[in-house]
Amino acid sequence: MDFLIFKAPMLMVQASLDGILLGILFALIAYGMALQWGVMNIINIAQGDLVILGGYIAYTMYLAGIHPAWGVIVSPIIMFFVGWALYKLVINKVVDRDLFISILATFGIAIVFQQLMNFIFGADVVVAQSGYGTTMLFDNSVTLPNSKIFSAVISVLYAIALVIYMKKSRLGRAIRATAQNARAAKILGVDTEKVYAATFGINAALCGIAGALISITLTLHPYVGLPYTVRSFMIVIVAGLGNLPAVAVSGMGLGLFEEFADYILGTEFRIGAVFMLLVFILVYRRFKLSKKREYLK
Amino acid sequence: MNKVKQKDLMLYSGLIILGLAAPFLFSAFKVQLTYLCVLIVLAMTWNLQGGEMGYNSFGNILFYGLGMYLTASVQVGMFFPLAEWTESGGEKTFVHTTAEYFQGIGVGLLVAAIVPTIVAGAIGYAILGLRGHYFAICTLGLGIAAGEIAGGIEIIGAGQGFTTPPFPAEIVDPEARGQFFYFLSFLVLVLAFIFVKYIYGSRFRLILNAIRDNEDKAEAMGIQTMKYKIVGWMCSAFFCGLAGGIMGGLIGYIDSTDVAFDGREMGVFMVLMAILGGKGTLWGPIIGATLFHFFKEGLWTFILGWQYVALGVLIVVIVVYFPEGLMGWLREKYPERFGEVIDEKDRKAQVELK
Repeated sequence: MDFLIFKAPMLMVQASLDGILLGILFALIAYGMALQWGVMNIINIAQGDLVILGGYIAYTMYLAGIHPAWGVIVSPIIMFFVGWALYKLVINKVVDRDLFISILATFGIAIVFQQLMNFIFGADVVVAQSGYGTTMLFDNSVTLPNSKIFSAVISVLYAIALVIYMKKSRLGRAIRATAQNARAAKILGVDTEKVYAATFGINAALCGIAGALISITLTLHPYVGLPYTVRSFMIVIVAGLGNLPAVAVSGMGLGLFEEFADYILGTEFRIGAVFMLLVFILVYRRFKLSKKREYLK
Repeated sequence: MNKVKQKDLMLYSGLIILGLAAPFLFSAFKVQLTYLCVLIVLAMTWNLQGGEMGYNSFGNILFYGLGMYLTASVQVGMFFPLAEWTESGGEKTFVHTTAEYFQGIGVGLLVAAIVPTIVAGAIGYAILGLRGHYFAICTLGLGIAAGEIAGGIEIIGAGQGFTTPPFPAEIVDPEARGQFFYFLSFLVLVLAFIFVKYIYGSRFRLILNAIRDNEDKAEAMGIQTMKYKIVGWMCSAFFCGLAGGIMGGLIGYIDSTDVAFDGREMGVFMVLMAILGGKGTLWGPIIGATLFHFFKEGLWTFILGWQYVALGVLIVVIVVYFPEGLMGWLREKYPERFGEVIDEKDRKAQVELK
């Protein structure tokens, strides 16, 4: 336990800014999860590993001498097809099944992804240098890497683009119709199979964008995917399905929580704190729901 | 009826004799056999709440890891200061005598069985109120959180790990260590089997099945579902703690995320083994664990480096194509063997419908 943060108010400003910028990134991943959960009723444990894979695509570009920021355009395109292929290979067989089966199947996919990334990119912690420099605020007492601001801006832009796409385009309307009632959509001529594949692809593409941004703001490692899955799962539970403003707000809340936990508990407990928060949220939700059940009596 | 019992008796006595003779017959594989016993115990007790109760937990690894740390801590802490032990790491400044070692591991295993059971009872009310996938994800989170937190606690070695007391040097027989751990795990296996077998013949199992099939209806029928769910989970926790304690002594080194709270290996293995053999059957997890262990040990060395890829693919294939497991497949094929009576008229009618 370290209460330095309460003695130095500037640290608090630092943690808050870091947390909010990070939270926007989490919200982007969570939006993808909410999309596939709402449309296909699947909880994808491999979500975080898709993110990391997207990050490694940007990192590979960085190694090849291309600026990693271009990853936010290249990575989603590649990841869309990865997601599509994944749907055709495995996910389409678990869509209508028990949720536990989809959890376990995507868990298996996650293990395969982790190991393949470990083979291809090695087990070192890597980061792609964007060379954007840092902004100093308040007499140099708060440092803010420009790459974090860049990542938040890109996340917001992509989120807006996606919302407009879902509202206006034909595929977006088909996706929303399928989410509301898959059977009725089918009767009215929507090719639900294609919609599912596209949804999973879009989700993977969102993960790709987030991964590319993570490769320049944070670090990449083949085995850190699961915390991203859990973070997005948490955000979706708190915000509910298909409620974008709530997803953004709870994403930022999670980012703030993490930065403060980092300062107060110490960095070694950061991931532990995230997972404990998940347990607390679920348990809190369970007691709230059981109260509701009692009213019905 | 009498004839069937005699058959059972022969089967069990045969298996016990085989189990007792195994370390002498295959003395080079004692460690593998110990692993097998532990895996069967884990699969069988996971099946109690995963298969019978329908609460698919990824978090039984929590009790396993807890048992492992508790056994080692008690074994050390009874005779030496724990903090200095972990600080010295691999260097042995303290040495257990033979009597101290066995006393320590005995008390340690007792604690490792009791404390996880109490923990399961304490958190059961909150956690078991979750349904379906929320329960699965919550327990997954619990298991990983436990690993991360254990990796930050100094007194049990934090990130650098915890070396468990070495087998007493006064016993010179090189076979003794392997035999001791094998018979310990075999004893736990027999106890677990007797316990699970007893549950399978009891009303308790029917209640668990009712909870699995429809919890709301079970509640409406007057069953206090929460009570039974917690008891079911505590049963699993008891044996998971014991299994963890034995594994800690056998491996000799405890790491927070790679050995104790090893959600990536043991935590998945127990689910996979139970599903492979067939959830909700007495023999399914046993067969599943045995098959899985043979497959793993036989194949792992050939595909060195690729074993996790193989594991992941195996999970996907089993879950997607054989969710009913081996016993489920057999049951579909030979329903008479399982005591299911098929109405011939009904079957014909169904065929015609198709």
